[in-house]
Amino acid sequence: MSTFDNPFDARRGLNNTGCSCGHHASQVEHDRAADLRLQAVTPDVSEEKAYENIVASAVMRKLFPQDVGRRAFLQSLGASTALAAISQFFPVKAATEAFAAFGPVEKKDLKVGFIPITCATPIIMAKPMGFYEKYGLNVDVIKTAGWAVIRDKTLNKEYDAAHMLSPMPLAISMGVGSQPIPYTMPAVENINGQAITLSIKHKDKRDPKDWKGFKFAVPFDFSMHNYLLRYYLAEHGIDPDKDVQIRAVPPPEMVANLRADNIDGFLGPDPMNQRAVYDGVGFIHILSKEIWDGHPCCAFAASKEFVTSMPNTYAALLKSIIDATAFAHKAENRKQIAEAIAPANYINQPVTVLEQILTGTYADGLGTVKKDANRVDFDPFPWQSFAVWIMTQMKRWGQVKGDLDYDKIAKDVFLATDTAKLMKEVGLTPPTTTTKTFVVMGKPFDPAKPEDYIKSFKIRKES
Amino acid sequence: MSVSLTWRAAIVSGALFACLILAWHVATQGSGTAATMDPEYAKLMGATATQGKSAMPGPLEVGEKLWSHIKRPFYDNGPNDKGLGIQLAYSILRVMIGYSLAVFVAVPAGFLIGMSPLMSKALDPYIQVLKPISPLAWMPLALYTIKDSSLSAIFVIFICSLWPTLINTVFGVSQVRKEWLNVAKTLEVGTFRRAFTVILPAAAPTILTGMRISIGIAWLVIVAAEMLVGGTGIGYFVWNEWNNLSIVNVIVAIVAIGVVGMILDLVLARLAKLVTFPE
Repeated sequence: MSTFDNPFDARRGLNNTGCSCGHHASQVEHDRAADLRLQAVTPDVSEEKAYENIVASAVMRKLFPQDVGRRAFLQSLGASTALAAISQFFPVKAATEAFAAFGPVEKKDLKVGFIPITCATPIIMAKPMGFYEKYGLNVDVIKTAGWAVIRDKTLNKEYDAAHMLSPMPLAISMGVGSQPIPYTMPAVENINGQAITLSIKHKDKRDPKDWKGFKFAVPFDFSMHNYLLRYYLAEHGIDPDKDVQIRAVPPPEMVANLRADNIDGFLGPDPMNQRAVYDGVGFIHILSKEIWDGHPCCAFAASKEFVTSMPNTYAALLKSIIDATAFAHKAENRKQIAEAIAPANYINQPVTVLEQILTGTYADGLGTVKKDANRVDFDPFPWQSFAVWIMTQMKRWGQVKGDLDYDKIAKDVFLATDTAKLMKEVGLTPPTTTTKTFVVMGKPFDPAKPEDYIKSFKIRKES
Repeated sequence: MSVSLTWRAAIVSGALFACLILAWHVATQGSGTAATMDPEYAKLMGATATQGKSAMPGPLEVGEKLWSHIKRPFYDNGPNDKGLGIQLAYSILRVMIGYSLAVFVAVPAGFLIGMSPLMSKALDPYIQVLKPISPLAWMPLALYTIKDSSLSAIFVIFICSLWPTLINTVFGVSQVRKEWLNVAKTLEVGTFRRAFTVILPAAAPTILTGMRISIGIAWLVIVAAEMLVGGTGIGYFVWNEWNNLSIVNVIVAIVAIGVVGMILDLVLARLAKLVTFPE
């Protein structure tokens, strides 16, 4: 399942198919069982050790393309003996040193802006958990008042990089709603992790067909939240422009408006969904993963200028983010992360709320405790087909008009090749392609035919 | 008699305060009845949902929070979590810089405009158009052109606190009694000397009134500006606590903003008293 596993753990699989031990129906189930066995893993393996693991990972993968072989090898020798055995004919130490050395960073003290929502988890936790330090950077993570301010502060170079919504770098590069400025998105922060929350008074109206006349909130016009909500409504025959009202509302005001009976629901970022439940004003109708499992949401973004003028700093920063994302991906680390990011300096929310979101064991607001380990997940790879999908929705809802060069924009903004290179350097196995097909509410998306995809929708804005 | 009036006023004030707090306390009592819930589920929920606690904090909670801020006003836990005292200091500093710049520009400019009826008439339309523009309307423009959020906030303070001082200075200078100016003329006093020894003292009370209105506006503006750009300051503090949906801290901040605003006004009122003269 994961690209982030320890190669010397016999219980884990290095190849990405099915459950790693063969005893469970799926990897999710396996992980759940494993969680019961595993103690919380401490993150601070020494830097040297981490690099050694990374190099060893690559060697092991080459030696044992089949996991069965590797497992048999490890079980017969034991992990440390195995490492020693391999070191006999492959200079793991020397390779580690060669790998750890990269050019000196041009700028050590950086400022990275973020919005206090759980989507920013890797960017935030990298500070208290020392991931930035590990790559020789001194980063201040600065809480920022809103998406437009984040955009302006990165454009005027107060921030070196920032947490953004995945569609934002695309919109900025294309010049939708502002001057076109070349922008890049080298990493996805989180996948899944959003939800449709409705006011508690609508607990009997679970069928979207009854939602005509509802007032909904989303955090920003150029957001996955907006596109996913519109998609979901349209699939149920509700025209998001005519039958309901969708407004851009800052996340904390979503909960307040729900309480004040001013909106009927929202598709918003966490912690606000869980906070609405925690405060007893709303319930979680569905998680956004039920619309599109594995959808991207927030992103780590920087201007093209930063990427090209400070390549080493950019590489070090992106490596820390990728590394933190890999750490956040592991279910066993989630509790620890919730505690690290809860203080006022970061997300500033009750730990219980954050824990429910990150561990996926949560109260749904209707009296049941639900369990879904993948409620939010972390995977940095910026699939270019994600960008193409986002652009199809921008066009579908009239945010952009005319012909789009989908592939070129996707390539320029979603720096998948860069990310793949750096993922390899921190010891992960990135995908070998930069596009993939996926399914949104049962409907497959082919990134090669975006225009056909747009035309296939009955409900869309006429252009 | 005046002492007893002060005392009586104090008693009425105190009584009003007590009534207010009591009403607040009663209004935020909440139902207090615990909802019946599965214990495992209840553990994941907040007090509002489980114990029927009111979502609005009561005076005791606010008092407690206020006290904890007063006890530790200057802690610094990194860029996003600083004590209330530090936040207020940032805001006051910004207000002082922007406001001083405004006074520095407005008083001489007002003087010149006031002494020349031509300029006064010519510039009036501009002043009237610029005066009513909200600070929040300036903010995006400032951020976009100045490209520095701290300077933008100061600029917004400057531009918003400029007008009352300017207009009052113009008014004060143009309303100096004709007899006094005539006396100066017969004594053949030079222009500069006339400006400093006759007009300035005569217009000073009006100028100070303008400055007093300006500081009030500057203090109003800073909260809005800081909420918009974030970073530091009492406005940022409010925004940050709002994100956390911590109404207790928002109320604490409101109280702090009110008290500081009152102190700023009192200082200017004292200054105004120093320059008033009996006629």
